[in-house]
Amino acid sequence: MSHHNLAAPMQGRQRFWSPGALVLAAMALVGLAFVVARYGGGLGAVTNLSQANPWGLWIGVDVASGVALAAGGFTTAALAHIFGRHAYEPVTRPALLTALLGYVFVTLALLVDIGRSWAIWKPMFFWNPNSVLFEVAMCVMVYSAVLHIEFIPIVAERLGGVIKPLQWLNHRLDKVMWFFIILGVVLSCMHQSGLGSLMLIAPTKVHPLWYTPLLPLLFLLSAIAVGFPMVVVEHFIAGKSFALADESPLLSRLVRITILLLGLYGAVKLGDLGARGAWAYLGEGSTQARAFIVEMLFGVLIPWVMLLVPNLRQRRTTLFIASFLIVAGVVLNRINVFLVSFRPPFPEQSYFPSLGEMAITLGFIAALMLAYRFTVYFLPVLTPADKEAAS
Amino acid sequence: MKLDRRNFLRLAGAAGATAVVGRGAEAQARQYQPPPQALGCLVDLSLCIGCRKCEQACNEVNQLPAPERPFDDPTVLERKRRPDDKAFTVINRHYAGRRDDKNQPLPTFVKTQCMHCQDPACVSACIVGALTKKPNGAVHYDEGKCIGCRYCMVACPFQIPAYEYSDPLTPRVRKCTFCFERISQTGGKPGCALACPVEAITFGRRQDLLGLARKRMEDNPGRYEPHIYGEREAGGTSWLYLSSQPFARLGFQTLPDQPMPHLTETIQHGVFAYLWAPLTLFGILGGVMALLGRRNDKEERP
Repeated sequence: MSHHNLAAPMQGRQRFWSPGALVLAAMALVGLAFVVARYGGGLGAVTNLSQANPWGLWIGVDVASGVALAAGGFTTAALAHIFGRHAYEPVTRPALLTALLGYVFVTLALLVDIGRSWAIWKPMFFWNPNSVLFEVAMCVMVYSAVLHIEFIPIVAERLGGVIKPLQWLNHRLDKVMWFFIILGVVLSCMHQSGLGSLMLIAPTKVHPLWYTPLLPLLFLLSAIAVGFPMVVVEHFIAGKSFALADESPLLSRLVRITILLLGLYGAVKLGDLGARGAWAYLGEGSTQARAFIVEMLFGVLIPWVMLLVPNLRQRRTTLFIASFLIVAGVVLNRINVFLVSFRPPFPEQSYFPSLGEMAITLGFIAALMLAYRFTVYFLPVLTPADKEAAS
Repeated sequence: MKLDRRNFLRLAGAAGATAVVGRGAEAQARQYQPPPQALGCLVDLSLCIGCRKCEQACNEVNQLPAPERPFDDPTVLERKRRPDDKAFTVINRHYAGRRDDKNQPLPTFVKTQCMHCQDPACVSACIVGALTKKPNGAVHYDEGKCIGCRYCMVACPFQIPAYEYSDPLTPRVRKCTFCFERISQTGGKPGCALACPVEAITFGRRQDLLGLARKRMEDNPGRYEPHIYGEREAGGTSWLYLSSQPFARLGFQTLPDQPMPHLTETIQHGVFAYLWAPLTLFGILGGVMALLGRRNDKEERP
């Protein structure tokens, strides 16, 4: 499946420690310092979590948003490999890497968040099939393994000459890779929607603007919709740092599919709001009402219209802005569902993330970006400008 | 799971085989049998004098840390409290409209602890099954399985499970145990029920307690609100309350009768029975791949 593959390592084309990379390293170190404090004094020492608000920023952003934004991995894989649109193959590799790193960091964030980090293996042996969280955990675990398998050909392309068993493994995998690609899409659909079912256990605590039996479907649809915009955002950010082949024409063709996907998500969401009569809550003037309006307006409607207009879709800047809004909209949706909508019956004080929580979240994001930079530096993931020119 | 419950895989599987994500099938999918022999406690708020002997007994039985202010310090009642990781039960004082002869407001005291739901949200939510509903009614926590995800705290409609946030490595979820060890022995009673000097807490079989509550209402016309809190709330709870004041004015929530896990478990088991949905999706995608993936491959590859 490497017909269009012009990907090459960035090593030798650019230096690794750019000023931006140094800033990321500093942010990661600050986050690390707070992680150390968390293992010194417990969750209470660095977080604003309480008996009333047991889940905070890390669940809303690091875990829920992290999983959603990794969706580019399975949506591009489905498009290029299952639906046979091989023209899009240049974007599958960076999307796969984002997904892989996304899940690694989701797991790391979970380790820090759960009270007994050392016990994270226990769900493998103590099963509760009634628990939505159990299903999500199992899917995430297996999918992470699948992502690693899908990544083997990229590693083998670079190191297969040196590490012979790797080449052998890669050769073997080639025959069965179709299985893992489909499995990855299936597992993604399962746990993306599963994440949406999580809050359905608390009907009296979740604000009715978000509480709907369709929440799992909405999570799945929004994850599918955010996949390609995330690929666009990532391409532009990587392009700021490396001299990459300009994929804008390909990307603006790619986001035409997003018009359909995001439109479907928005339609189901608004239709559900209408069918439940929950739109009445939009006028209550609460934080929740405002958060919902911002989420829908800036995260769905405005970028959808922007993508609809060919001129805006085809221009680099507006393509990036529209894609960024969609990505931010999905992040805001996850924050809304897990945090803003959550109204404990006996609130002691309303939850707002502490400095330590924010530092650790930012630290993880910075570390993820560094890991991305490191990987594309040494492995053939991105297509450099000179390669494209040469072909 | 000791109780053979929620075992409707067969039903949902049949539904899955015949249907799309059938709503009709989902609606009848979840069948739950609450433990028939569940024990419980009936708290008669009209009898409670707010002495906090139950708090003290709970503290001693569960070997909890000494409170900041002693149990006989009445100033503790000046502010509303919640059970937490250091106190599994608390008494709060409410002025709900009751007045004496001189028109002075009279307090009503409310005991709060884990309600030991008949169909608990926390038990359904727990990723590792560390929380279980025992046949004797207790919602039991097994520290040995817990990973500290705190999903039980998210799920609990009564906001009961509390967390030891200051423990860096082995924090526990803390809540009323219903004195599980004690009530598992014949004649054993929960510490609080045993300690109550005015018998405001009656311990017994839940079914009998419901009868007792109704009898008290019949025998004392006008004394009680016509409602047994916990009979139906959130699918019913092992702890039940009688009150002479409207429950809503005493900090009790109005909760739906439907058990909290109904929707999530219906969806989960509707989709995952025999893995029919994932397998179907796998099959469809495999078909698409065989059709589109290969065809284009051949066209494009030289």
